[in-house]
Order: sequence, then structure tokens, then C-alpha cells
Amino acid sequence: MNTTVKLLNGKFSLEMQTYGSGGEPLLFLHGAGGLMPVEPFLEELGKDFKVFAPQFPGYGESTGSEHIDDIADAVLFFHELMDELGIPTANIVGHSMGGMLAAEVAAFDIHRAKKLVLVSPAGFWIDELPIPDLFAAQLTEIANLLFYDPKSPAAMLMTAIPEDFKALETMYVERVKRLATASKFLWPIPDRGLKKRAYRIKAPTLLLWGENDKLIPLAYAKEFSSRIKNTKLETIKKAGHMLMYEQQEQFVGAVRKFLKG
Amino acid sequence: MKFTWFHLMPYRFLPEDFKEKYHSVWVDIPRDLYDPKVGHRLYNDYLDQLEYADAMGFDGLGVNEHHQNAYGMMPSPNIMAAALTRRTRNANLVVLGNSIALYNPPIRVAEEFAMLDVISGGRLIAGFPVGTSMDTNFCYGEVPATLREKYYEAHDLIIKAWKEKDMFSFNGKYTKLRYVNLWPRPLQQPHPPIWIPGGGSVETYDFCADHGYQYSFLSYFGYIAGKKVADGYWEVMAKKNKPLNPFSLGFAQVVAVSETDEQAEKDYAPHMDYFYNRCLHVYNGFADAPGYRTVKTIKAGILGQVGEQAALRREGLKWKDFVDQGYVIAGSPKTVRERLREAMKSLNCGHLMMLMQLGSMPPELVRKSTSLFATEVMPYMRDLWSDWEDKWSPKRDLPAADFAMPAPVHFQKTEVNGKARGSAGASTEARSAK
Repeated sequence: MNTTVKLLNGKFSLEMQTYGSGGEPLLFLHGAGGLMPVEPFLEELGKDFKVFAPQFPGYGESTGSEHIDDIADAVLFFHELMDELGIPTANIVGHSMGGMLAAEVAAFDIHRAKKLVLVSPAGFWIDELPIPDLFAAQLTEIANLLFYDPKSPAAMLMTAIPEDFKALETMYVERVKRLATASKFLWPIPDRGLKKRAYRIKAPTLLLWGENDKLIPLAYAKEFSSRIKNTKLETIKKAGHMLMYEQQEQFVGAVRKFLKG
Repeated sequence: MKFTWFHLMPYRFLPEDFKEKYHSVWVDIPRDLYDPKVGHRLYNDYLDQLEYADAMGFDGLGVNEHHQNAYGMMPSPNIMAAALTRRTRNANLVVLGNSIALYNPPIRVAEEFAMLDVISGGRLIAGFPVGTSMDTNFCYGEVPATLREKYYEAHDLIIKAWKEKDMFSFNGKYTKLRYVNLWPRPLQQPHPPIWIPGGGSVETYDFCADHGYQYSFLSYFGYIAGKKVADGYWEVMAKKNKPLNPFSLGFAQVVAVSETDEQAEKDYAPHMDYFYNRCLHVYNGFADAPGYRTVKTIKAGILGQVGEQAALRREGLKWKDFVDQGYVIAGSPKTVRERLREAMKSLNCGHLMMLMQLGSMPPELVRKSTSLFATEVMPYMRDLWSDWEDKWSPKRDLPAADFAMPAPVHFQKTEVNGKARGSAGASTEARSAK
């Protein structure tokens, strides 16, 4: 179900996807690409959890990105949102840029995350393992960077180029809007100091990675497990950076098992 | 009509298969393609050319800022302008300009421009570009989403530093300074004329119109393609009830003069090919970082100067096409006179920024083209726009008696390793032929 949530007297207006009605609350923070109109993997998780998945300001219909310049702004925005939704504490699942933000939300206030799932998260930088520049990548290269199999239906769907000019322009403008917002956290290098704060994360944390991640390689998991107290690493075979689309069943199974366990 | 002789300072010796073998001329071009010994010769050749343009009566000498770029070897145009202050007398120094969001704090630009203005005796024209996405986002790491906001703030600080009589504090979002106290201040009071170079961002039209700045469209596509942008600018000026003074628009154009039209093709076609196919070979992913252009500009449908779209438009073009489509204005003095007049009239443009050293052009051709232009073309175009006042050039009101002249230069003849230093050494061509 899609609803609109307003925060701080309309300073932010958010497009909110919700799935399921019972179970513990689960807040999903999307990556730099944003949410698709419907997310089947969240639908699946909705069978066990009450899932809230907001489009970040600047994405889709969500507004207010001009009020967010840095990590502190973003973290306080999420704290405010959780209070507004009546879920001051929740399971937080974040993918890529969303993983970086989820970790920050949990580090700034240890009472926010009951359990934390970081799915191929951003946030660190290893000189020997530079993360490819997603902002400079062309659409054809993006599929290759994000997916284990760039020819799979999921990859084709997400990186399809519309033939119709109007649709192409709309897609281009939306992509620019989303990545421009993401650039506040990821440009030119996706490191905004999480390494100084990660020690504050107290929630049990699952690190979930596609074995064939070409954007943020699996080796980055060590950066997280060495800095966060209580982590567990799970990897998924035949999956790249977009593991929840490439291996939905295993992805949902791993998240469910960790959060219910 | 006013003429600025504008140098990009390209590296002239990129390999023949550059376009096929290399990723991009900008941002990630391999460092080993640059030979500093060749660079030494090129910088000195290029300064010679600008000094020659001064001697030949051009109104301005133009330099600009690019980073990690093989067709624009001036990370700091202020260094070039400083070199020119001493060995030129007449021309204005058009620094187009400093990408002010990149200087930390931006007050540095106010200081350096003040220095240049004072040393040159009030000849500076101050350019404030946002800077290309390649330069600002990819090479200098500026966050695309906030670049423009940072640019506007830097602009406000610099102008205030120039105008304010007393020391002040500046509490900006990007720059915080307790003591802003410009010392020295510019010779032109309150500040030098300001030109804003643009590549077609629609916000820049408004910015120029609202502040009374000159708008300089730095295009490599020539006057026919550039008309869309010029018209967009004039439309904004008209809407805001500003005078349509041709001197408030600058336009960059490739110009090449030879004895005849046929000779012009022989002389310049290979160098033009070098420029458009090697120098402008920019990887599309660097052309436009997400958030660099506003949604408003994207929707205005103005095509970028570099990248895939630009390359597609040039695909397969021959000399005749480049001439016919106005990318270059080239030919005999008569041809150039006619085309240029038509071009400037169609754009309503009073400040021509001429690219006369193009791509791999060697010094003797640059000199020929410059000399022919100065003697056979320029005098016949001076009458254009003579009924308008140019409010965007230095007033040059420093009394002649106060104008400082450098002492004459006496180079010592010294020998290094048995060879005379300072004499004509190996030519750039010979050095690079390896």
C-alpha cells in the first residue's frame, strides 16, 4: 500500500510503501537507486513483519531533499520519521547507501534498532579495493556493475531504456534527481566518517552480501565486522549487488531467519 | 566590435589513435602521455602567441581553467595571466575564469584577481564560471547537488569583499570567516568587470541579467548551433527589460584565416580534426554528473559541449561540413570578414572570443592566422555595434604617467653542458618526434 507521510509541518512529504499488517515493525532503507513502484521482496517480508519503506527525500514523490545536507541531517530525519510512524524502535534493514544510513541511525541512537540488517552496505573505503564510480557509469555498464547476471530479467527490467522520448526524459530526470541526492552521502567517495561511529552500534547485526558483488566487494564485510560488536555474515551465491532481486527467496529467508531468531 | 584572443593551451601531441585507444581526454587521461619537456616548450610558445596578439591590437587576451585535461593545460589561469601582465601593454586580461566554488576559501580569488588587476594597471576582466562537471565534480570532488549553491555563496563573498569599505565577518554555509579584509584591493573600483562564462545552463542567463554581468557562451560548436543559447539569453534580457546591448554577450568561435579558402583547408583541416576528434574525446560518463545541471536546464534541451551527444553530432563531419555548419569560420580574409559579420549580427554579439590556436596548430600557422586576422579582418569589423557603449571592459583610466613599465630584460648567455641556454633549442616538433 502506498501512503503519504508528512513530517515537520510539511517540510518533508514522503512516499511510503507499507507491506503486511502484523508482526514486528521493519523499516527498509533503499539504496542510491531508490524503490521500484512495487517491491516483491518487501511483499514477501510483509508476511512476517509490518514493513515500512519510505522513498528518501528527492526520490519519487518524496520532497525535502534541500533540508538534508549531511549524515547528521539524514539521521535526525529518520529518527523523526520513526517517531511519527509510532515505531521508535524497529528492525532496520538497509541496502547499499541505505545500509550506510541504517548503520548511522543505529550508531547515533542505540535504542533505534532492535536488530540491524546491512545488505551490501556502503560507508567505508579501502584504497586497495576502490568501489567503482557508479555516478560516471553508463546505463549499459550499470547492469554489469550491479548484477551477477546482467542479462537476467531482473537486470533487464531495472536498466531498460525506454524508446519513447517523453518516457526517456522522465526516466533521465528522475535518475538525476535520485543520484543528485545520493551524491550528498556518496560523492566523490562513499565515506562520511562511519568508521568513527560504528562502535556505537549495539544491535545484533546481520551483514548480508552477494558473493559476486562487483560494486561493493565482499571484502568490505570485514570493515564492518571488525568495527561493529555483534555481527554475523551471510553470503548468497550467484548474486551481485542487487541480491534481493537476483536471489529473492534466499534473501528473504536470510532476513526472516535473522530477525525471528 | 571587440576581439579577445583566447587560448585553451592544448597538448599538441596526443597519439594518432587516441580516440580509439584511450578512455577520455579529460579526468582520467594517462599521465605518461604528458611530457613535461614538451610542456615547457608549449607553455612558452603559447605565452608568445598571446603576447603577439597584444602587439597586433587585439582587445583582450583570454585564458581559462581546466583540470586533468589535455586540451586545456591551465589548472591555474591566474599564473598565465600573471605572466602576461609583464610582457603585454595594451590588451585586457580576460581570465574566464576562476571556478570560484573550488577555492577554499573563495576569498583567494578576490585576492588574486586584485593582484592581477593592480600589477596589470587595471586591465583585468574577472570571469566566474561554475566550471564544467569534469573539472568541479570529477576532478575536484565537489558534490554535484550543492555545487551551484556553493558557487553563489562564493560569488556573494567575493563581491562583498571587493565592495565593502570596512572589514566584515562572513557566516556562510560553506565558508565562515571572522575577518574579511581584502588587502590589496583591485585598481578598478569597486571591482573589475565581471564576465560569466556558461555552457548553456538557463539559470546563468538570469544570474547575468540580474547582476548586470556579461554572459560569455563558450561554445565549440560555432555560431549556428550557438544561436539557440544566444536567443535564450536575449529572451531573458528582454523579459527583464534590460537593454539588448551586444557587448553584454560574449561568444567563443573558432576562426582561421589564410590567403585563400583553399589554402585555409590545407593549413587548418588536420588541426581541426585533431581538436574535434582527439581533444574533445571526453568519456560520456564524465560529461554531466547527476545534479550538476538543474532539471530546468535538462528540460530546456540544451545539448552538452562534450560527451556522447556532442560526439554523435560531429560524427563523420569533413572540413566542408565544419565550415558550412559554422563550427569554424575559416578561409580568405574576405570570406572570414563576411561570415564573421553575419555570425555576430545573428547572435547580437559584441565580444568575440576567438580560438585561433586550435588543437595541434604549430606556432607559425598561429602567427599567420593571427596576423592576417589583425590586418585584413579586424579593422573592417570595428564599425559593428559602434552605436553601443561597451560597459563590460576596463575603463583604462590609469594615467599614462602612472603606468609602470618593466625594466628591459638582459639575459645572460650561459652554457649548460656545452650548449647555449636561452637560444633557440630544439623545436617542439623535433622534441616530440620520438
